[in-house]
Amino acid sequence: MRYLTDRKRAVGNGSARSGTEHHWYMTVSAVALAFMVPTWIYIFGAALGGTREEVVATFGQPFVAILTGLVLFVGMQHFAKGATMMIEDYAKGSMRKGLVILAISLSYAITAAGIFALVRMAL
Amino acid sequence: MNNATQAGASQSGPKRVERPLSPHLQIYRPQLTSMTSILTRITGNGLIVGTLLAVWWLVAAATGPEAFATANAVATSWFGDLVFACSALGLWYHYLAGLRHLYFDAGHGLDIATAEKLGWACLGGSVILTIITIIIVQ
Repeated sequence: MRYLTDRKRAVGNGSARSGTEHHWYMTVSAVALAFMVPTWIYIFGAALGGTREEVVATFGQPFVAILTGLVLFVGMQHFAKGATMMIEDYAKGSMRKGLVILAISLSYAITAAGIFALVRMAL
Repeated sequence: MNNATQAGASQSGPKRVERPLSPHLQIYRPQLTSMTSILTRITGNGLIVGTLLAVWWLVAAATGPEAFATANAVATSWFGDLVFACSALGLWYHYLAGLRHLYFDAGHGLDIATAEKLGWACLGGSVILTIITIIIVQ
């Protein structure tokens, strides 16, 4: 009889020593994005091509601002983890570390820039 | 009898190996299942380009008229159209392939016939959804 649960035996394993955490995060963020992205694509596509006043008015609405913030944050975290996985497959050593740091930093920078824009347009 | 022929050949000519050699690049045939899986990664990571352009455009709109004029000129130029059209195709492909991944993860559709059908559904579905998106938002 096994006294350890399946989950307990997975913790600390995997290439990143983080068990199933990475896979589970990608699953959760994928489902979240699957619900949010179609609506957001419609809003963004409709706003693209408008004047600055129209764009600011669109993204200043509470629902649009919150949805855009969520798509950006969840999307960039999903990207950071996905890009990390790709880099870990193809690069080694210091190159791997450098590229992973770059991918995660870029994700945070894009998120911060987008949230700055949303706050400025909403207020 | 086949073994005897093989043994004879190995003494006179180059040794024949009966086990499969993989990957045998000259005769390697790409499979729909592996190609559609690799395409998921390519499209997912490629979406960073469209994201950068979209966020630059949003920051410019929030910053001021001059900044918006510059970013909007790029975003609505032929280059912007190309980036956003490719992003729409990449996004819908990644979207459908992601749903397929969730379905696979739940333990369904893993036989080759179903997996290949789902591969074609991702490829065809992404093109159809991209065309619909462009028609709706243009």
